[in-house]
Amino acid sequence: MRIRSITTMGSVAVIAFLLIQSPAHAQSALPLAATTIPSTQLIQPEELKAILNSTRPAQPLILQVGSRVMFDQAHIPSAEYAGSGSREDGLDVLRHRVKTLAKSRFIVLYCGCCPWNRCPNVGGAFKTLSDLGFTNVKVLYIADNFGNDWVNKGYPVAH
Amino acid sequence: MRIKCFSGTKILALLWGFTFLLVPLVPQASAQTSGTQSLVGRRAPQFVRRDLSGHNLDLARLHGKVVLLNFWATWCAPCQIEMPMFARWQEQYGPQQLAVIGISMDDDSEPVRRMIDAQHIDYPVAMGDAALGKRYGGVLGLPLTFLIDRNGIVRAKFQGETDPGKIETSLRNLLASH
Repeated sequence: MRIRSITTMGSVAVIAFLLIQSPAHAQSALPLAATTIPSTQLIQPEELKAILNSTRPAQPLILQVGSRVMFDQAHIPSAEYAGSGSREDGLDVLRHRVKTLAKSRFIVLYCGCCPWNRCPNVGGAFKTLSDLGFTNVKVLYIADNFGNDWVNKGYPVAH
Repeated sequence: MRIKCFSGTKILALLWGFTFLLVPLVPQASAQTSGTQSLVGRRAPQFVRRDLSGHNLDLARLHGKVVLLNFWATWCAPCQIEMPMFARWQEQYGPQQLAVIGISMDDDSEPVRRMIDAQHIDYPVAMGDAALGKRYGGVLGLPLTFLIDRNGIVRAKFQGETDPGKIETSLRNLLASH
């Protein structure tokens, strides 16, 4: 009971901080929860791994939209860092990266910083691409974090 | 029908806030001590950093103390719930030689400074980077907390949203052993 009370009080403090820490965040209602992404737009790790291992000619463009520090430690081979999806300046990086791409381009977004329903990055990144008219965007469903759900499973990693 | 008094914007704001209020009550599938355990039982990788107050933070100089080393970031909601608790533990267990250290895995320090001010965090916080993360086995999910004993050996690792009671029990056991 005490833990729940502390957790709830902490959550209120976190919400208050997220609301006030940046005027840009307050205006754009970032971060946007990962749970706002339709389940039809999710791709499971094993599914993406199979695509990467396949000889299929149209490989997806994989964009990490979380933290640069985490990306630099380990990332999916061929993935690019495309800014933090929880920040307006990060979303600008994403918009710039996809500026010249066909709207039908197969794009996979991922983060993996935190458990899925805590991730502040993929929701905003997905909405940004949807708003830009991209029609073939999937988001990698990382239940726990990139370490546990990708690296520790022995899936391909680049450093 | 009071609900009619709310504008669409207010209702959206309430729903958005409610989403983040409810999320912490949902149990997490994987929390404590998940992931690799390779560092547990081994000497903690040494590092020297300048903390955000400008002081040198040298892990080697904390020999003889129990160290709670917490990797976190401003965008990590569970991290921000833990940090005030760690600050309380620093105050409570400081006389027993506990040293709490925060390592932010944010890409830049400005939001970190704002958050530690807002949360009144008074234990040392330094910026981390990929090199330090790799030395600690890869910080690829937050929060991530290590407990290091008085001899500099990593004794526990907690990754993800963790029951504070479990961390505190491990911490007390380490503080009790000399």
